[in-house]
Amino acid sequence: MFAYIVRRLLWAVLLLIVLSMVTFGIFYLIPRLGGATPETLATRYVGRAATAETVHLTAERLGFLDPVPVQYWHWIKGVFVGADYDYGSGVEHCPAPCLGYSFITRQPVWPDLLDRAPVTISLVIGASIIWLVTGVTIGVISALRRGTLFDRSAMGIALAGVSLPIFFTGLIALTFFSYRLGITSPGGHYVPFSENPAQWAYSLLLPWITLAFLFSAQYARLTRAGMLETMTEDYIRTARAKGLSERKVVVKHALRGALTPVLTIFGLDVGLLLGGAVLTEKTFSLNGLGKYALDGILNNDLPKILGVTLVAGFFVIMANLFVDLLYGVIDPRVRLE
Amino acid sequence: MTTSALRDLVVRHPGQLDEQPFLEVVDLHVHFPTDDGLVKSVDGLSFALDRGRTLGIVGESGSGKSVTSLAIMGLHTRPASEKTRPGAEQSGEIYLEGEDLLAKSPEYVRGLRGKKMAMIFQDPLSAMNPYYTVGRQIIEAYRIHNPVNAKVARKHAIDLLGRVGIPEPSQRVDAYPHQFSGGMRQRAMIAMALSCDPDLLIADEPTTALDVTVQAQILDLIRDLQREFNSSVVLITHDLGVVAELADDVLVMYAGRAMEYGSADQLFNRPAHPYTWGLLGSVPRFDRERSERLLAIRGTPPSLINVPPGCPFHPRCDYAARNGGRSEEVRPELVPVEPGHTVACHLSTTEREQIWEHEIAPKL
Repeated sequence: MFAYIVRRLLWAVLLLIVLSMVTFGIFYLIPRLGGATPETLATRYVGRAATAETVHLTAERLGFLDPVPVQYWHWIKGVFVGADYDYGSGVEHCPAPCLGYSFITRQPVWPDLLDRAPVTISLVIGASIIWLVTGVTIGVISALRRGTLFDRSAMGIALAGVSLPIFFTGLIALTFFSYRLGITSPGGHYVPFSENPAQWAYSLLLPWITLAFLFSAQYARLTRAGMLETMTEDYIRTARAKGLSERKVVVKHALRGALTPVLTIFGLDVGLLLGGAVLTEKTFSLNGLGKYALDGILNNDLPKILGVTLVAGFFVIMANLFVDLLYGVIDPRVRLE
Repeated sequence: MTTSALRDLVVRHPGQLDEQPFLEVVDLHVHFPTDDGLVKSVDGLSFALDRGRTLGIVGESGSGKSVTSLAIMGLHTRPASEKTRPGAEQSGEIYLEGEDLLAKSPEYVRGLRGKKMAMIFQDPLSAMNPYYTVGRQIIEAYRIHNPVNAKVARKHAIDLLGRVGIPEPSQRVDAYPHQFSGGMRQRAMIAMALSCDPDLLIADEPTTALDVTVQAQILDLIRDLQREFNSSVVLITHDLGVVAELADDVLVMYAGRAMEYGSADQLFNRPAHPYTWGLLGSVPRFDRERSERLLAIRGTPPSLINVPPGCPFHPRCDYAARNGGRSEEVRPELVPVEPGHTVACHLSTTEREQIWEHEIAPKL
């Protein structure tokens, strides 16, 4: 078991290196293959009236003059042992793990990411608990009361939840709960948990609910389908034949089987979102990883994009590992002997 | 025909006529409404079973055997939380020690399930929950009806596993169903059913999913345990060999109805219904030439939505023409042919005996 985890972690490192190569290739190599010179690349990062000399100097400072593999080598070396950067105001040492400096703000990426991660993690943890509990509960009740008014309306709302984008539901929620009723924070005022847990929850309540609405809809549908399937299993009949109460049949026997696929998807969803819940963070002006990535994309800030991609990749890989390990815990048939 | 008249038709064993049978099913109907129409899985079935005896119910797939057993267990009744879906429509009476189970509340019948009546299912792999250890499932069954602590229940589970012949029960108790072989799983299933010493044990094709050598062991086990606990057994099967091995009485079912009922001796030596003849004729035998063809019953079982009028077996019956069209119109009722032996057939006694003696018996 231990050897298995170590092996998976080594694979994870390799996978992240490959991921960084691919991302680096997309943003640094492909434009060059398309005919862009180092100078045309550098024009994005200088003022509009810059002279050719300034542009050349910027290209040099950003490292664009080196061949792309050498640029990558500088970057990946920085991740493991740190690197020195000179953006014109003297040499600055960037300790490992160094993900480079933002082309725009001249700030190192790694501390920024550390700064933003708690916001995203808070958002995702809160929302995921809400959507797991509500989604599974609604799914179970819907399955047991199939065809009733409850089931039909729950599945109707779920369909809406799955189809409506965050920037729609989020804005409606903001208008209604924050501006009309004034019972939730209008967003943009993230308070760290360590400072004031109550304020932390208050500041995140609306984003949690909005994000959870989207996901609980999916989870309700998934749980309902799973329950409808397990309720027809032979072992449910056996459980009833023992004289078990219906509540125990549902909770101990049916739900257990129905939850396995739900938990798999849950792990992957959480992993994916931890890399940045872009729409939610943007809608509610939360300075998390998603908004950071979005800023990077809008400004062609390649080190930012690269940094967030790696962090997101890390979370997804870890979530996969976690789900695989969890599978062994929930399903004895796939347990490693 | 009234219910009381039908009850009189349920023939009991000589000498026990005044006693209430342990299990008595009277004019049982189990119908399932579907989009295609009403499926009449069981349609007016009556039989009785005394304490300590084994009743074999035989018939083709879809003849209503399993539906009958689930009706006795009360497993067709939808739980209150699932009331919205149309469940089975049941009517008639099922007396267990004089109590009509169909008239009792589902909650009351639930209290009897597992304790007074228990069931062994056909495929032990799918009938056991893959997520829990075998021991845990037996312990669960025991603790529903016995307020004991976990330690006592575990000891009981280990005892039971040992009694059904599982080696090293104190270790195997913590194994999962998928770690057991088919025969072991069925033994564990039997241990689970016996956990509360039930008076009535219903075995629904207990050996169908097992290979032949294991089948014999399981049948021996059921017989031994029945003697030990003096319980009554309803054995559902389509395998006449299993019936011959275990059953005291036999009920032959077709299209949800009783075709013939009698002791195993009567059924095997003096079968009276053309359908029973067909069943007996389809059994392969070693002492026959291989070139001889089996006496297969022609055609297929009827749709339970459109059961043929009259005798449901008449489209497949070679002798239906011999009673002047009554088979096509009048539904035959169970009538006695000898003490303890009833048959639902329009053939006259003399005609039937003639057919049996000259046309059927020599070929079997």
